Amino acid sequence: MKSDPFLQHVGIAASMVRDNIDTDQIIPSREMTTVSRNGLADGLFAGWRYTDPLTRTKDPDFVLNKPGNAGATVLISGANFGCGSSREHAVWALKEYGIRAIIAKSFGAIFHGNCIRNGILPIVLSADQIEQMASFESPLEVAIDLPNQTVSCNRIPGSALCFPIGAFAKRLLTEGLDPIELTLTHRGAIEAFFDQDRQDRPWVYSAA
Amino acid sequence: MALTLFDKLWKDHHICDAGDGADLLAIDRLLLHERTGGVALKNLKSEGHSIRDPSRVYAIMDHIVSFRSGRGRDEARSPGGEVFITETRAMALEAGIHLIDTDHSNQGIVHVVAPEQGIVMPGVSILCPDSHTCSLGAFGAMAWGIGSSEAEHILATGVLRAKKPEQMRVTIDGPLAKGCSAKDIALHLISKFGAAGGKRCAIEFAGSTVQDLSIEGRLTLCNMAVEFAAQSAVIAPDDAVFDYAGARIVDLAQREAAMANWRRLKTDDSAVFEYEIVIDASEISPQISWGTSPEESFALNEKIPASASSSALAYMGLEAGQSLSGLQIDGAFIGSCTNGRLSDLIAAAEILRGRRVPETVRAVCVPGSKAVRRDAENLGIDQVFIQAGFEWGEPGCAMCFYAGGETFPPKSRIVSSTNRNFEGRQGPGVRTHLASPAVVAACAVAGKICAPIDLPNLVEAIG
Repeated sequence: MKSDPFLQHVGIAASMVRDNIDTDQIIPSREMTTVSRNGLADGLFAGWRYTDPLTRTKDPDFVLNKPGNAGATVLISGANFGCGSSREHAVWALKEYGIRAIIAKSFGAIFHGNCIRNGILPIVLSADQIEQMASFESPLEVAIDLPNQTVSCNRIPGSALCFPIGAFAKRLLTEGLDPIELTLTHRGAIEAFFDQDRQDRPWVYSAA
Repeated sequence: MALTLFDKLWKDHHICDAGDGADLLAIDRLLLHERTGGVALKNLKSEGHSIRDPSRVYAIMDHIVSFRSGRGRDEARSPGGEVFITETRAMALEAGIHLIDTDHSNQGIVHVVAPEQGIVMPGVSILCPDSHTCSLGAFGAMAWGIGSSEAEHILATGVLRAKKPEQMRVTIDGPLAKGCSAKDIALHLISKFGAAGGKRCAIEFAGSTVQDLSIEGRLTLCNMAVEFAAQSAVIAPDDAVFDYAGARIVDLAQREAAMANWRRLKTDDSAVFEYEIVIDASEISPQISWGTSPEESFALNEKIPASASSSALAYMGLEAGQSLSGLQIDGAFIGSCTNGRLSDLIAAAEILRGRRVPETVRAVCVPGSKAVRRDAENLGIDQVFIQAGFEWGEPGCAMCFYAGGETFPPKSRIVSSTNRNFEGRQGPGVRTHLASPAVVAACAVAGKICAPIDLPNLVEAIG
């Protein structure tokens, strides 16, 4: 599926710097009520965002409910963000809420892949860089430039921190490509492999 | 060039360089379940793609199915959850993929069913939109969890586009102490090196302790690799695995060819890993988690460290410096893709036999599959659980994660043979302590946190 290209983005960044924020927190399983990618934004961080998830009474202490973070489009977090369940619903919920990029010390592997397939940019920065950014009072505005792989924030004038990103992830995001169409350009090689493999490992094709 | 087992698996499935440092890999098996697989099938259809090879795709119902004994065909364990079952069934039938439905005689948790039914075997690439797919690396297979979009990609193309991960070898040597299991190895590893300690590597578990584990123990160890931030886990298959998997290939000539091929699936002596961890098995004792990440685990006799996170302590209703021993519990759960296999049930039953859970504790056992349930019933193990005061459920993921509906009450303290003690994982406010089936059983009958060795012996208990 194609997604909107990600080139530059300027937005409010909300800081929730703790390690191991798992996908059960991002979207609790009880919030996944239909066989669909849509309708998940209300369930985002439901266990933390509401004092009562049933009535949707907002918890004023939760970071995304603070007035300075209204309309936040970037999250800043700790290590291993998005660990746990593979549920892509976590990314769909973030996207529907309006999150376009996540800055963290590291990411869960499956979540990272899910982000780039849905037009959300995962940015890895060092612990020091993240602690510094998170130390400012909200609202904190960040400017992200994906082609140049830099992120800067309004509280640190002249700063432009470089971040790493894989070549494929960058291309997928900046061009909004459909990975299926991209792979099918290799159709000849794929079919040749399977023809040969069927002869080499017939048990893989007939068992179970 | 000396290759690791993972190198060999990657090479066997490598179709071509796809540019940008990524490769195209042939995927032999795609497993789907109703929670994340149904949405992949649905979206694929709406995007106008067809399934390249339906014979390599398996839909297995496990996540939302009711675990109530005698459940109905569409009965879900969460309100409104029926739609996941009915829609996934309809789409699977329409697509012509394999379907192991709720009422199928071999239904169960996807990672329990895949070995039983010969869907996983050494040397295959097997993926599923479920993070615990790494379990299946215990067969010497290339196995890991993916997202729904990646599952759609595999459905449409038969291949995965991926960058080869870095590799880590975790070597565990020596005999395990009595009362220790694969679960204790996993929790010890994660607590020692952190929940991000696997660095998104493909991990090979090696060493005498690992080779001495049963196939089911290896599945448990590999299962927990994702809680260690591993991309995948693998164990070199041995004769036990060859015999188990080989027996599931019907054609004799193919079986022989397969078994000859599988013997090369091991790491060459001089192969190099990016990271190495070595653990002496004698340092492992029965574990339990105290916090809200699997890394917040320790030996049963330890005290909560002073550095413990305040949010984890607040959620769990605990204090730094405290020991868990003797804490009253409200519930116990035995099951899941981590510890829902026959040997897990046998380990628990050995402790439960002749003992009884106090009325203050709700205890539930849900076998990982109908085959496990049948085998247990043939051994009379169901009666051991039932007479001890456990509920005996119908196979599925059950109380490993809360999906809405009925569960343990908020602030209740539960000892669980599952894989995640995340906030709210088993229900809003529910406090989960992860442990092995033996430890869960011991805590259940004691009504408090304890080790199996702490239980009064039966003669005294009865006398």
